[in-house]
Amino acid sequence: MEQARIGVFVCHCGVNIGAYVDVPQVVEYVKGLPNVVHAERNLFTCSEEGISAIKKAIPEYSLNRVIVASCTPRTHERLFRAACEEAGLNKYLFEFVNIRDQCSWVHMREPGKATEKAKELIKMGVAKARLLQPLEEIEIPVIPSCLVMGGGVVGISAALNLAEQGFEVHLVEKEGELGGTLLDIYKLFPTNEQASKLIGALIQKVKDHSKIKTHLSTKVKDASGFIGNFDATLDEDGKESKLKVGTIIVATGAEELKPLGQYGYGKFPNVITQLELEQRMKKEGFDGQNVVMINCVGARVPERTYCSRFCCMTAVKNATLIKESNPTSKVWLLHRDLMAYGVEFENYYRKSMEQGVRFIRYELEKLPRVIGNGKAEKVKVWHQLRGREVELSVDIVVLTTPLIPRADNEEISKMLKVPLSEQGFFLEAHLKLMPVEFATDGIYLCGSARWPTDIAEGVSQAYAAAAKAAIPMRRGYVKPEAITALVDEDKCSGCGTCEPVCPFKAIELQARDGKKVSHISEAVCKGCGTCGAACPAGAIIMNHFRDVEILAQIEALFSKSN
Amino acid sequence: MEEFEPKIIAFLCNWCSYAGADLAGTSRIQYAPNVRVIRVMCSGRVDPTFVIKALRAGADGVLIGGCHFGDCHYMEGNYKTARRVALLKKMLGQLGIEEERVWLEWISAAEGSHFAQVINDITAKVKELGPFARQNNS
Repeated sequence: MEQARIGVFVCHCGVNIGAYVDVPQVVEYVKGLPNVVHAERNLFTCSEEGISAIKKAIPEYSLNRVIVASCTPRTHERLFRAACEEAGLNKYLFEFVNIRDQCSWVHMREPGKATEKAKELIKMGVAKARLLQPLEEIEIPVIPSCLVMGGGVVGISAALNLAEQGFEVHLVEKEGELGGTLLDIYKLFPTNEQASKLIGALIQKVKDHSKIKTHLSTKVKDASGFIGNFDATLDEDGKESKLKVGTIIVATGAEELKPLGQYGYGKFPNVITQLELEQRMKKEGFDGQNVVMINCVGARVPERTYCSRFCCMTAVKNATLIKESNPTSKVWLLHRDLMAYGVEFENYYRKSMEQGVRFIRYELEKLPRVIGNGKAEKVKVWHQLRGREVELSVDIVVLTTPLIPRADNEEISKMLKVPLSEQGFFLEAHLKLMPVEFATDGIYLCGSARWPTDIAEGVSQAYAAAAKAAIPMRRGYVKPEAITALVDEDKCSGCGTCEPVCPFKAIELQARDGKKVSHISEAVCKGCGTCGAACPAGAIIMNHFRDVEILAQIEALFSKSN
Repeated sequence: MEEFEPKIIAFLCNWCSYAGADLAGTSRIQYAPNVRVIRVMCSGRVDPTFVIKALRAGADGVLIGGCHFGDCHYMEGNYKTARRVALLKKMLGQLGIEEERVWLEWISAAEGSHFAQVINDITAKVKELGPFARQNNS
């Protein structure tokens, strides 16, 4: 291998590093480290000036390794790698040393020690950089077809969006018809339009679309592969079929909590949930005289701390619809806090008050009580403004409950190798910056599978997920990070220890010249390196984090010489 | 006599504990300057021999930081780390090396203050144990 010629750029980051770490002293020290042929300091290495300094130094000093000692690779590695690439240096020959977030900012009162630490961290970085190897990213073709899991309004919206962009879509629904939860809903807030009208029109569009293949009464039984090339096995009432897709969208929704044992639910026939009320209104209309609704049943309580977001508006809507159809009815809405965010919801809420819906706030410490014999007859609730308990006669009690994760989320999570949140909903890669993507490339999520959403939010997310899924499908190929593991077949004894260790099933034993050796699929490998740590023969090379590179970092820290 | 300042190597996973360490920085939480971080993509990358070699090279303590169970970017790398470190610590004990020199901690990207606390705790503990006999390790 050619002699390493390392250039080191130490960043002041204005005062963020410069005020606590003696940067000029660090640069002098770095100049004495082996293989360092150039070291300089920049006020901001990430500025245009800093970037051009890197691009200028690479040819000027024939640098074949570059180190930036500054903030954190998590935010700036991409930028500096790009600068190296532009100057003709393979981006994997770049090494980051973090002397701000993990040094100057956390040792502000000990500048001497911060300076020593910065020197040592760079020394370790130099030791690693010396051994870095160029890596090439492979191009993997992407099948222009998407598997959408879930045929509710959100899944349908994602499917239609992609189909209209010209991609093939497989829409999988576990029930016998499309439509999901909307099939049970009567009218929608804040427009009060019929849910069946909205979803009916969408279902018709799906049926008419030549690019969408709908699979009803079907579950995705198995999925393997990686972005661009997923193999899915569908199970349609026991009949299996296979298909290949490039991307997957999870839009499996959520389900309403059935609050058994609470407020007489399950005991009194006239205690029902909002969804059951919707079903009744849709089927036979509703003519109750005295109605009490209780919000936040099973939500925002210690065992289920989240807010389900749309249910306040559902309750307000149904209360209003009852008042509209029967103005002499008495409708009470007991709530803990009412969420009517935005312009339209607030107006909608105010209108419901004008129409005579009565709102009473209750607290967790003083829950309402449903009293009855064979059926609910009265609701007692502490009235904060009156300072006493009031008693409401009821014909029907409606409990507003949150959406909860579907029971098969865990199964899907294991199958697709995507995470669930603490509550059991699917978990996106980044709440703010990657809200409809999983950390696993090529798999996206939207709607209430991720978190309870109303229709407008769910559909927006569906479009976002479809747009994200379209990117690799439109481009036609992907280039995954080259930080993957590979096997030194001469050293491999074929013991198979690595195979079950891989969480992504990237490893399989293959026959080679009469012996078995481990083989790692570059396209499937995510680069965690856990196989490398497991291999007893040291036959697995974890690119960019090779044993020799990590050990060099350790040794550099303790070696007396530079 | 000058106070003993231990040198501690920390292997931090890219997605959780390294990010937690960054958060301690953005939050300006001050902690002991004794730790030198080696970034790995996953705590599952940490081969137990890295820990042994760090101790042999002169580290007084080693920290391995990973994601909480269920949060691993690679699904289950941290479970493997947990098993390997448990075995490693047992072995160190049998070799007469204090197990408390090797720490395994779960630190999420949101736990900057927890990261700082862990660094202070491991530093204090290793100070109490004293220098690891590195004169034998030439």
